[in-house]
Amino acid sequence: MEQFANTWAPLLYLAAGILFILALRGLSSPATSRKGNRNGMIGMTIAVVTTLVLLWESLDPTTWAILIGGAVIGGAIGALIARRIAMTAMPQLVAAFHSLVGLAAVLVAAAALYAPLGFGIGVVGDINLVSLIELSVGSAIGALTFTGSVIAFAKLNGNMSGSPILLPARHLLNIALAAGIVALVVVLIMSSGAATWAFWGLTVLALILGITLIIPIGGADMPVVVSMLNSYSGWAAAALGFTLGNFALIITGALVGSSGAILSYIMCKGMNRSFISVILGGFGADDDGGASAGAQVDRPFKQGSADDAAFIMKNASKVIIVPGYGMAVAQAQHALKEMAELLKEEGVDVKYAIHPVAGRMPGHMNVLLAEAQVPYDEVFELEDINSEFNTADVAFVIGANDVTNPAAKTDKSSPIYGMPVLDVENAGTVLFIKRSMGSGYAGIQNELFFKDNTMMLLSDAKKMVEEIVKAL
Amino acid sequence: MKAIPVILSAAALALPAQAAEISAINPTVFLAAIFALACFVGYYVVWSVTPALHTPLMAVTNAISSVIIVGAIVAATASGAINGGWIAKALGGLAVALASVNIFGGFLVTQRMLAMYKKKGE
Repeated sequence: MEQFANTWAPLLYLAAGILFILALRGLSSPATSRKGNRNGMIGMTIAVVTTLVLLWESLDPTTWAILIGGAVIGGAIGALIARRIAMTAMPQLVAAFHSLVGLAAVLVAAAALYAPLGFGIGVVGDINLVSLIELSVGSAIGALTFTGSVIAFAKLNGNMSGSPILLPARHLLNIALAAGIVALVVVLIMSSGAATWAFWGLTVLALILGITLIIPIGGADMPVVVSMLNSYSGWAAAALGFTLGNFALIITGALVGSSGAILSYIMCKGMNRSFISVILGGFGADDDGGASAGAQVDRPFKQGSADDAAFIMKNASKVIIVPGYGMAVAQAQHALKEMAELLKEEGVDVKYAIHPVAGRMPGHMNVLLAEAQVPYDEVFELEDINSEFNTADVAFVIGANDVTNPAAKTDKSSPIYGMPVLDVENAGTVLFIKRSMGSGYAGIQNELFFKDNTMMLLSDAKKMVEEIVKAL
Repeated sequence: MKAIPVILSAAALALPAQAAEISAINPTVFLAAIFALACFVGYYVVWSVTPALHTPLMAVTNAISSVIIVGAIVAATASGAINGGWIAKALGGLAVALASVNIFGGFLVTQRMLAMYKKKGE
C-alpha cells in the first residue's frame, strides 16, 4: 500500500493527465477527435479508480453510500442533459457546466479547511501556509466562476436581458471587492486557518464579484465571457491540485486554463477588441434589439422574395453561405442544408464561410451545421475563404450582420473598424436574410444593405429558407 | 495524499548524504514546475485545435476539469472521528454529485457533437 501511494498512484495520475492532453490533441481534426474523447474518458476513470484504491482502507459503508449516491444522481442528471440538449443551446449548457466546476472547487476547498487531516495539510487551526493560500485562491476563483457562469447562463438562455447592466461606480466596486478578498486571505493565513469566517467572507465577496463582473457585459460579447470562465474553472482546479499534490488535477487545470485563455484571445481578435475592453463591459446588446430601429430607415434598398432568391441561386455556379447567430435563433440549419442539397443537384458549387465570432460561443456555427449533416469539408474559416467571394456568384447571408459590414474596412469612425470581416460584397449578388432593417449588435448601420448588388430578404430565417426550398 | 515529498526523499536516500540535501526540492516548487510545463503543453495543444471543433473543445475541457472529483472523494472519505470530518463528508458528497454531472454530461455531449462531424460522402 505504501508503495502504491508513493510510486504507482502518482504515476497513474500522471497517466491520467497525459490522456487528457491526448484528448485535446485529438481535436486537431474531426477524424481523430472521437478517439481523443475516449482517451479523456479513460483518463477520468484512471484518476477516480486510483483515488478509490488509495483511500481503500478508509472507505466505510457510509462513505461508499455518499460516493455512489452522489455519482449516480449527478451522473444520471448529466447523462440525461447531454442526451436531451438542443445543439443551439450549447453555449448556455457550457456556461452551466462551468458553474458546477466552480461550485465544486469551493466545496472541496471548504472541506479541506474543515478537515485538513484528511487532506494531509495540517490540523484544524494549524494548516500550513502554502496550503491556505492555495485553498483561498481555489475557493475565490471557484466562487467567481460559479456566479459569473450563472449570469452568463441566464443571459444566453434568455432568463435575463442580454443588454449590459451598468452599476454606478462599478469599476471602483470591483476593485474594492478584490481588495477585500485579498485582505481576508491575509486574515485567514494569520490565523493559520482557524478563522473560518474569513474563508467564507472571501468566498462570499468572490461570489458577488462574479456577478458584478459579468452583468455589464452584453449578450453578443458572451463568447469571450464563456471562454474566460472556462479558463477560470481551470485555474481553480489547478489551485486545488496543489493542495492535494495531485498531478492529474494540476495538469488538467493548466490545460483548461490555457485553453480558455486562448479561446478568449481568438474571440477578442475576431472582434478587434482588447480583452480589457470586453471585460470592462457596457458594449454589445443583443442583435434583436434593433427591431424598433427598422422604422427609421428611409434610404432605398432592394427587397426580394423567396422566388427571386431561388431563381438567382439556381442559375449561379458558386454560392457561399454565411451563417450567423440569427440562423441559430431561428433553428434554420436543417432547412439551410436542404436548400444547399437542392442547389448542388442543380450543379451549383456550395460552400459555407464561418466568421470566428459568429454565434454565441467559439465554433457554435460549425456544430449547428454538423448537426444538419453538412460535411465539414464544405465549411471554411474566414481566412481560408475570404478571397473566394470574388469568384462567387452569390453570397447568401443568413442571420449574420456585423461580420459582413464593409465599414470595418473603410470607416475609421465606426466602432467595429479594424474587425476582420467577410468580403461578401465582392460576390456577384448578396442575398441578405434579416428579420427587419435594424442595425446589428454594435448599433451601426450596414452599408451593404443599400448596395446595388444586394437583395434583402426580410423575413424569419427559417421561414424564408423553407420558402426558397419550395421555390427550387 | 502528499506523495511527492515521499518520492523525493526516497530518491534522495539512494544518493550520498551531501547530494541528498541539494536534491531535496521543495514540494510546492516541484508541483509548480509541472504546472508551468503543463501550461506550455496546453498552449501548443490548444492552438493546434481546428476552429471547427472549438465548441467540443469547451465541452471536453469542462468534463476534464471535473477531475476535481478526486478532491471531492478525498473530502467525502474524511473520517467522521476527526475534527470537522462530518462537515468535509457532506461538502465532499455534494461536490462528488456536482462533478459527476459535469463528467457524464461533458464527455457524453462531446461524444454526441463529435459523432455529427462527417466528411463528404461519409
